[in-house]
Amino acid sequence: MSGATNREAVFPTRQSLGLMKSKLKGAQIGHDLLKRKSEALTKRIDEAKRKMGRVMQIAAFSLAEVTYAVGGDIGYQVQESAKSARFRLRTKQENVSGVFLPAFESYTTEGNNDFGLTGLGKGGQQVQRCRETYARAVETLVELASLQTAFVILDEVIKVVNRRGKRSKPFLSLGSILTFHLVNAIEHVIIPRTENTIKYINSELDELDREEFFRLKKVQNKKQRDTAAQDAEMRAKREEAEKRGEKEDEKAGGGDILGDEEDNDVIF
Amino acid sequence: MAAPASAYKDRQFLAVIGDEDSVTGLLLAGIGHVTQPPDSQKNFLVVDSKTDNAAIEEAFEKFTTERKDIGILLINQHIAERIRHRVDTYTAAFPALLEIPSKDHPYDPEKDSVLRRVRRLFGE
Repeated sequence: MSGATNREAVFPTRQSLGLMKSKLKGAQIGHDLLKRKSEALTKRIDEAKRKMGRVMQIAAFSLAEVTYAVGGDIGYQVQESAKSARFRLRTKQENVSGVFLPAFESYTTEGNNDFGLTGLGKGGQQVQRCRETYARAVETLVELASLQTAFVILDEVIKVVNRRGKRSKPFLSLGSILTFHLVNAIEHVIIPRTENTIKYINSELDELDREEFFRLKKVQNKKQRDTAAQDAEMRAKREEAEKRGEKEDEKAGGGDILGDEEDNDVIF
Repeated sequence: MAAPASAYKDRQFLAVIGDEDSVTGLLLAGIGHVTQPPDSQKNFLVVDSKTDNAAIEEAFEKFTTERKDIGILLINQHIAERIRHRVDTYTAAFPALLEIPSKDHPYDPEKDSVLRRVRRLFGE
């Protein structure tokens, strides 16, 4: 049996065939739904990246405003006065059905201002606005980084699982981030397995049918043989009896049929 | 699974490799950090036309493998193009690598290594 290794351990009965068939149907419906969802997820990353593009553009524009207002490049001054990060990250992990997905969270430390002197002469307001714009941009970036890291980690997990060749344990969670993995699992594991199982059950049932047919045929053959044998025996006996009867008729010569002489029993 | 807590517990900074405007803006947002004096290391690198690729690669290496306190590395896409082979072969989860647009170079999703990976993941 070719698919013997990749099928579920079931007894090949009509009942389990029905179960498998409904399971396959369910898997196909689920696969369609999840596929649509995973496409939505790709779109989400894509959109996040595009949003980042827009946000960064706005931020760059506000920086240009600063340059204009201050009347010179502040790059050097800013680079020199950067000492301690005000904007920091915190990583927390979410357990999505056995896979730990880290998420970045941004926070700002208080009372720490490296750029107190930037734009002191003029353009202070623009500098302030620019800082806010960039802070928002960085928040978007952090969000995107979380999303991206989750994907990278899942990619690794899937690769590891694939390499082991044991894709039999899909993460049965509807955690949005795992959706695409589920799509893969359903497409490459569950559906083929179920199909294999159905094939297996079908072939086993066919085999049983053939066996049963063969058995019935044998039984029938035997019965026919037996009847034929009985018939032959009976015929032989009848012929014998007839012969004997004729002889007796000759012997008696139309004698008294109610005579003392007993008839032989006719055995059928 | 896949990422032990130690891999990202202490990662609290962002790093940036970018042109002057991008770096200035991000520093204004407050991501700039310089470590304590003995080996005061900056978490940003300004790249201009005079910076050679070896220096970019070195910084990339430093931010991605040497330093353990960086959670996200931002890199301008046009600079990532210059060390594309390094960026494409970088697969670690930490620090997260994010290609960002710069003022003069709008963002092109087709070049993004992660987006390409995502697409491949979905079998497109």
